[in-house]
Amino acid sequence: MLPRDLKPEQFAGYPPEARRVVTNYLAILQQLPPSFVPGLLRELIDYDFKFPAERKAHEKELSYLNSLSAGQRKDWFRGFAEIQLSPELEMFDWVKSPAQFVEQLSAHLWSTHQLDAFRRASNEYADRLRSAALPDPPTVSRLGITVIGQGVASYDEPLFRKLRAHGAYFSRVKSEDGLRVLLDAVAARARTHPDAYAHWYIDGGEATDHPPALTCVSYSALEPVRAALLRKMQTELDRPGMGPEALRTLLAQMHPSDLGMNTGNDGKPGDEVLDRFKVKLLTEGSGTQIFSTSFAQWAAREALRRAQPLTLLVRFAPRQRQKPMNELLSSVPARPELDGVGSLIDADMGAYYNWLNQQRLPGAEQASFLVWFEGHSQALAIGPSLPRGTESTSPADLGQLLEWAG
Amino acid sequence: MKAASLSASNPKEVSRVIARTRRDFLRSAGGMTLGSALLRSPWARAAAHTSKRKVVVVTFGGGARDQETFAPEGQENIPHLMRELLPQATFFTQVVNRGILGHYVATASLATGVYETINNFASLPPQSPTVFEYFRKGLKRPSSDAWVVAPSNGFNRIGESSHRAYGPGLGARVILPKHLLTAATSGRGNDYEHLLRDNYETPYFSPELEGNEFELQQLEMILKLSVDDFKTHAQTLSSPDELSVYIARQLMRQVSPSLLWITMHDIDIAHAGAYSLYVEGIRRTDRLCSDLWKTIQSEPEYAGKTTLFILPDFGRDSDDDAGGNGFQHHRTGDALSRTTWMLAAGPGIRENVVFDRAMESTDLVPTLGSMLGFSASFAQGKPISELL
Repeated sequence: MLPRDLKPEQFAGYPPEARRVVTNYLAILQQLPPSFVPGLLRELIDYDFKFPAERKAHEKELSYLNSLSAGQRKDWFRGFAEIQLSPELEMFDWVKSPAQFVEQLSAHLWSTHQLDAFRRASNEYADRLRSAALPDPPTVSRLGITVIGQGVASYDEPLFRKLRAHGAYFSRVKSEDGLRVLLDAVAARARTHPDAYAHWYIDGGEATDHPPALTCVSYSALEPVRAALLRKMQTELDRPGMGPEALRTLLAQMHPSDLGMNTGNDGKPGDEVLDRFKVKLLTEGSGTQIFSTSFAQWAAREALRRAQPLTLLVRFAPRQRQKPMNELLSSVPARPELDGVGSLIDADMGAYYNWLNQQRLPGAEQASFLVWFEGHSQALAIGPSLPRGTESTSPADLGQLLEWAG
Repeated sequence: MKAASLSASNPKEVSRVIARTRRDFLRSAGGMTLGSALLRSPWARAAAHTSKRKVVVVTFGGGARDQETFAPEGQENIPHLMRELLPQATFFTQVVNRGILGHYVATASLATGVYETINNFASLPPQSPTVFEYFRKGLKRPSSDAWVVAPSNGFNRIGESSHRAYGPGLGARVILPKHLLTAATSGRGNDYEHLLRDNYETPYFSPELEGNEFELQQLEMILKLSVDDFKTHAQTLSSPDELSVYIARQLMRQVSPSLLWITMHDIDIAHAGAYSLYVEGIRRTDRLCSDLWKTIQSEPEYAGKTTLFILPDFGRDSDDDAGGNGFQHHRTGDALSRTTWMLAAGPGIRENVVFDRAMESTDLVPTLGSMLGFSASFAQGKPISELL
């Protein structure tokens, strides 16, 4: 099927908002290359369950595409138009199953050595779109906070090595009530700028008390969902003919209710947007089902990419220890032990990734970031008014660091 | 539409980052000579008797980035390569893999000298002749002279291709130590399944074994190793790659193949997203490479006549590419995930030399052909002149 053959009735199976958006812009979709449109539909089919920032970005993108002249459109999409699809892909019903199409397209691009060309086309498109349809700046400068090393009594290796060049390192931070200070600061921002999904708290363990205004995701709270998911995966893998592609397709189609999440079914108001986000963390993330550090990092990455929060507090917790082979061979099954130092190293890298992902959002030059070794005196702050690559041995508390970074 | 984007995903910026990384390569390894200043290799003079030559290839896998290995900030993770092997080796800083970045298909590409397009997760033979087939057919060597030690079921078919001019009966014997251990300890609990999961790219899936499988019963006959001894020794090892190296050493002692290919994969735990485990895998692989080098030097059948090649099959995604998630995967196809390094050591190989030019991972097989005296006629790569 080719985009030019698209008709409104083909989208009857889409959720209502997705259907509305697609049919509104059908005329422009019909004029775009077949290597591009299914990828866009993969995003739009979930429109009803997207965060406000994502919805706004999609509307902006479609509206801008609609404003291009035929010549401009040809120029913008030249790279995509040169991608050769296989007959199987051309026959594929990508309107109904755009995600599966994209998965098969990816395999096709690799095996036909077109991946680099597709990558170039994607990058050029993203660059052009970013320049032409400038994203809205945040209503207040963003703040990212990452707390690492929960439960680690001491650690002698240098921390924050990848971040030091970008900010100021503090070695005499007052740690008393540190987490409470940080959560209060996040809550205060949520009160002042009460936008939906604008202030997040992600915990790799059990979430500590926090105001309901914060969008919260925690590894512990999702334990029954993780268990249900692993059970389902095992059942599916036992079926004859099940392979990695089929499993991925199945995971991509899972909804909160498939995993026992009661979105609005228990009398309380549901939040299907957030519940679907949580399910995707477990079905699309790699390692998120078994390691809490992987979960926290991936959740932060996806929250930043999708919801573009104004404030994000990520607290890493110890993950289970990966047992060496000899222990696995000899020991009887026991409760998983925790790996505090390994988790600290994971989280230190995770903090760097949180900062990198925050810097990919609009307003990066005004954004600030703080990483703190929980319960200890080491922290690093990055902000427009803080000197880079510096160290301070002066006593300071976390509230002051936030103030200086902001 | 979400597309890979960021300042450094701009091709010019990526090139700049790579160029800087490459210039910084081995900056702290004082005393290394820049290879471009040197004349031809002394290999031709030293390698008078190719019939006695042996080659061991180790893939430093699965997938390691420069910044955790030979780039200045990564060198702390590879002390054995830096201090023991590099001073005796020729080092190439830019080995580019232009093929599919999946471990089985990339290793198959390394072994054929052609960018293979087989399904990474299916039990399929490479489409082009492998180095083992060129070696055995070209030099009329028996099946005992070419072996592969590989991590997962998917690698069972890597020993010989589906190519009509080569194929069944002309390839390498393949041994899968984890599979042997599974057979040797069948009926154990869930913990055990976790250890023996087939691979990290699709940790919940293991392809069915097909092809010429090395059976558990052959342990005793070929490796002179009882099943009980094998199991007992496995219990002293900390990882599947340690088990692979243990089996490789048994092979070297008992069978002494002239062409031995060992594929490591502990590093690929990175797919689970835990950075500390990824780095731990690199450190372990570094130590295991050193152990293999020591074995080569101490085993009479290998000492003084063996060339060792160590190279990752490819890198991993850059931190700067918004389309990926840094070290965790190798999915973006960005320049850093395609570009890696290679180390060669042994008689006739220049010591303590670095070459900064770009070469391709498909160049390995023609190079082995030139060294050992067979023609790799279907390979796409070119012999690496600096090693010949």
